[in-house]
Amino acid sequence: MAQATLPPEVLDDAKARRYSADAAGLGRLRAGAFVAPALALISLFLVFPALWVLYLGLSNYRLTGAAAAAPQSVGFDNFVKALTDPEFWNSTWLTFEFVLGSAVIGQVVLGFLLAWIMRDRTGPLKRIVEGLVILAWILPSAVVSFLWVALLDRDDGTLNTLLHSQDFAPLLDHPMLSIIVFNTWRGAAFSMMLYGAALGNVPPSHLESARLAGASGWQQLRDVVFPHIRGHVLTNLLLISLWTFNDFTPFLLTAGGPDGKTEVLAVHVYQVALQGGELGYGAAVSTVILLINLVVAVFYLRLLRSKK
Amino acid sequence: MSAIELRGLTKVYPGGVKALDSLDLAIPDGEFFALLGPSGCGKTTLLRTIAGLETATGGAVVIGDRDVTGLQPGARDIAMVFQDYALFPHMNVTDNIAYPLRIKKVGKAARQQKAAEVGARLGLEQLMDRRPGQLSGGQQQRVALARVMATQAQAFLFDEPLSNLDARLRLEARTFLKKLQHELGVTTVFVTHDQAEALAMADRMAVMESGHIRQIGTPAEVFQRPANTFVAGFIGSTPMNLLDGVVRGDTLEVSGCKLAVPQSAEGLLHDGEKIVYGVRPEYNVYSAGPVDGSLGGNVSIVENLGASYLVTLDVNGVLVQAVVPEGHEPLIGDEGYALPRRDRALIYRDGELVPA
Repeated sequence: MAQATLPPEVLDDAKARRYSADAAGLGRLRAGAFVAPALALISLFLVFPALWVLYLGLSNYRLTGAAAAAPQSVGFDNFVKALTDPEFWNSTWLTFEFVLGSAVIGQVVLGFLLAWIMRDRTGPLKRIVEGLVILAWILPSAVVSFLWVALLDRDDGTLNTLLHSQDFAPLLDHPMLSIIVFNTWRGAAFSMMLYGAALGNVPPSHLESARLAGASGWQQLRDVVFPHIRGHVLTNLLLISLWTFNDFTPFLLTAGGPDGKTEVLAVHVYQVALQGGELGYGAAVSTVILLINLVVAVFYLRLLRSKK
Repeated sequence: MSAIELRGLTKVYPGGVKALDSLDLAIPDGEFFALLGPSGCGKTTLLRTIAGLETATGGAVVIGDRDVTGLQPGARDIAMVFQDYALFPHMNVTDNIAYPLRIKKVGKAARQQKAAEVGARLGLEQLMDRRPGQLSGGQQQRVALARVMATQAQAFLFDEPLSNLDARLRLEARTFLKKLQHELGVTTVFVTHDQAEALAMADRMAVMESGHIRQIGTPAEVFQRPANTFVAGFIGSTPMNLLDGVVRGDTLEVSGCKLAVPQSAEGLLHDGEKIVYGVRPEYNVYSAGPVDGSLGGNVSIVENLGASYLVTLDVNGVLVQAVVPEGHEPLIGDEGYALPRRDRALIYRDGELVPA
């Protein structure tokens, strides 16, 4: 804020431009030196791999064999193959089911309900509930996946032991439902915290005004709360949709099975690129996933911008 | 339209803070009633308890002939104007005014007609399609009033209705509110911390202190005969002089001066008892030369009040204030004498007015 401390008449046009370009007065070279390490790391770990995936998608690069030593350009063959492959479309459909069920419905509804129920509460109950919900969110994927497998497993699972039965096997009988429930449980904390903060911004007098008019709980939500937190809802949807879309954790629970019933796109890429060895094809699928992500993001951002 | 009655109303917050301590209060039908007091005295809690936004710990709230103590706010048939007006930002003026009717399932055409009717009465015709964000503070207040009027509730509650307006608008709104309330004739309770506002608008008022009502009366009663030293110190744009004194036979000795017993307390005082002598600066007649039965001292401060001056005398170490008309103000250091009007001065014994 160097400008702010100067009296306005000192700032003629040329000076103003110079100040706005070099607020800290370091000079271009030194300023560049400060950002260089960060830029180098970002280039190495983000920009280069992204460009590398684009390049790989156009080649027949493989994990092993002749194509691994000397990959050749195959143009858009990989993309054509992906878009005509029923397995790819199956995975895309499963991913949408997974995102819709666990993020758009599961996490949003559960997170909002938790925030709404806890909004006026204080004391140990609130801290315990929040603590448990956040714990599910911050534990490493490998740990929680193991816990769920240990709970649900058919042979030695905790649930079957408690029920003294051998035939309750949700991971086999209802695999998609299982990973949706799992991911709802796993990710509700973020939505809960975001809605908790958003609900704090709803003026109490607006809710009280609605109560005095005789509005029911649902009417208060519809007429007072939702209009106030609409922006938060859309931001929340955007973030968790994208996170869930690219989530690989279901693999730790079901390994994409049984019979490909939970092979969402992230798992599909892993299967074709690393299990199948077709790195070029996998890269092409990744690029398609990126495009789908962009479409989803643009859709939400448009909604967000049409707020007023 | 209904009377409001509070019987032994008590509110204790979790943690043991007693916000209301067994209050009894009767507000007749159609009255414009003010709850006045310093911050934290419980006046807002009282209003919110009447509204049902706070649950009473004990006692009863009766509106009309219904005991509403256990009812939800929406079932009490009352309407409230909030300090921040609580207009819904995503609805236009019409929808805001018609909102309570929509909740009561009044048909769309009927409620829009009602909104237009009430809006026109408050001069909002040109603004009915605007959002609250596009309105000035005064206009927002009128929309909030229109919303309350459209409900045709039994009683209205206003929470600091003028505090969000700027000073000039506040005076205008004060007159407007008083006129509107008298035209509508709906029992209205309003909360304020500004004694001038309460005196100006209310038919009757209650002065509260830490959960208790210290005095109930018309503005004139409360201004002229404050029932205790708390009310005496709180009411009035310049605080009342409250001076320690002792009864000496037929006269009073107050900070070294000999004063006559005020008319209201004649024959009620005992020789030698300690009292507090109260007189408003407006009722102190100032003169430059010595006068019998006056408080004499040196002028220490002179404050300009516009058409008059507030003169502070140092009377043997005690500060006494008097209001002096413009053109007669003394200079600092001058000798001055303040003669209290015998028909306006008051005597307090143990903090309570004599006679009670």
